[in-house]
Amino acid sequence: MRLLPLGDRAIIVEVADLDAVHRLAADVQTASPPGIVDVVPGARTVTLHVATAEDLDVVRRRLAGLPRTEPATATAAPVRIDVHYDGPDLAAAAAALDISIDTLVERHTDEAWRVAFGGFAPGFAYLSPTTHEWSVPRLPAPRPSVPAGSVALADTWSGIYPQASPGGWLLIGRTDARLFDVDRDPPALLRPGGAVCFRSLP
Amino acid sequence: MTRRLTIMAVGPQVLVQDLGRPGHRAVGVSPSGAADLGAHRLANRLVGNPESLAGLEVLAGGLTVRLDDGGVIAVAGADVPVEVDGRSVGRHRATHVRVGGVVTIGRPRSGLRSTLAVAGGIDVAPVLGSRSTDVLSGLGPDALAAGDVLPLGDPPAGVPDVDVVVRPLPGGAVLIGHGPRGDWITSDAQQELLRSAWTVTSTSNRVGVRLQGPVLARARTDELPSEGIVRGAIQVPPDGQPVVFLADHPVTGGYPIVGVVVDQHLDRLGQLGPGDRLRFRRATQR
Repeated sequence: MRLLPLGDRAIIVEVADLDAVHRLAADVQTASPPGIVDVVPGARTVTLHVATAEDLDVVRRRLAGLPRTEPATATAAPVRIDVHYDGPDLAAAAAALDISIDTLVERHTDEAWRVAFGGFAPGFAYLSPTTHEWSVPRLPAPRPSVPAGSVALADTWSGIYPQASPGGWLLIGRTDARLFDVDRDPPALLRPGGAVCFRSLP
Repeated sequence: MTRRLTIMAVGPQVLVQDLGRPGHRAVGVSPSGAADLGAHRLANRLVGNPESLAGLEVLAGGLTVRLDDGGVIAVAGADVPVEVDGRSVGRHRATHVRVGGVVTIGRPRSGLRSTLAVAGGIDVAPVLGSRSTDVLSGLGPDALAAGDVLPLGDPPAGVPDVDVVVRPLPGGAVLIGHGPRGDWITSDAQQELLRSAWTVTSTSNRVGVRLQGPVLARARTDELPSEGIVRGAIQVPPDGQPVVFLADHPVTGGYPIVGVVVDQHLDRLGQLGPGDRLRFRRATQR
């Protein structure tokens, strides 16, 4: 692992791949060093946020000798998301993958998705596949507004837009699932390390 | 009986702010909070509040409020004229306001944002543990407008007796530590970052201070997998014009961060307005 500076109260730990990200995040959460405020997975990194500059020194030292743990969410039941597969880019996505629309829907619902990390909006999660190959381009220019609940694909990821926002991902469907609810505990439906599967609604 | 405060007029932007909502970054929630945390804390202390209570963050002045049931107020942050019932009271002191009294905050002579604290705090419902408005995600209360009536909490037992408050904000260059991806811009660009007098542009807001100056060239053009961002992080987007992230920064991002403002200089970022100039200097290593 490589440690990279990020101000007086945070540090970025760079690791080999997404599996290493989740193992490290779990290990830190289990060890629970004092002063840790947030553990934020990224695609190849875990960013640790602490309360004070002194906490950062302690965390830096403890990172070397963290005991290994099994990520709790690895065995948790997958979150099931119901989808109407009628997105405006469904045909374009299928064409990019050189498969039929029906096959795309089959693969998307058959796929065992994992929540890789959160992103640009509360409740947004980058989902990484574990079963099939996925690779689609983003739109050449983002749409100014993607409806809330849009189920999307981009690069090797899938994702769901929790709120309307600009977006450049390919839209393959829509869901009524509430990705983020401030009155729910926990507020985010999809949390890093969790499993997700999709179901096609008629 | 709930005490109230009525907004009578606002300037460009008035928001409810407190110390923010850290602890939810992993699900995409920015910590948010006052853009000048030092001013927020000071204003609260002056009226005897815990620092965590919510106040009003006033951008570029123009606020008029009525204390419908009276109260004690204090203002800190930008150098603004403050009047209570037409009488000049200034910043950095607690002032008793009579029932129905009117408080005005005028345009800053220097700086950008002021905090108005009221004894008892602004008592709107918290969202994820904080009353802060996050302009990026929309979490928290809406921006305030004339006619809004806000509940106030119960005032604390006493108000500190303070003669003089001095709040020196460091001047000169803004000190920065190394970022995680300084090597993603050329070494010429790294020097330009420290050499140039950057200008704050008018597209700056609580998400970030956007700077105009020499284009900082990339040393590598491959994509950076999204990683953590903090308040004070200096990010170089594709156009080479740096953004210094502020309170409502995104939690992760895919453009390189080449430096991070040190803690002691973060409050200054909340006071930078369009047209202001700023220079960076490398902090000596701890």
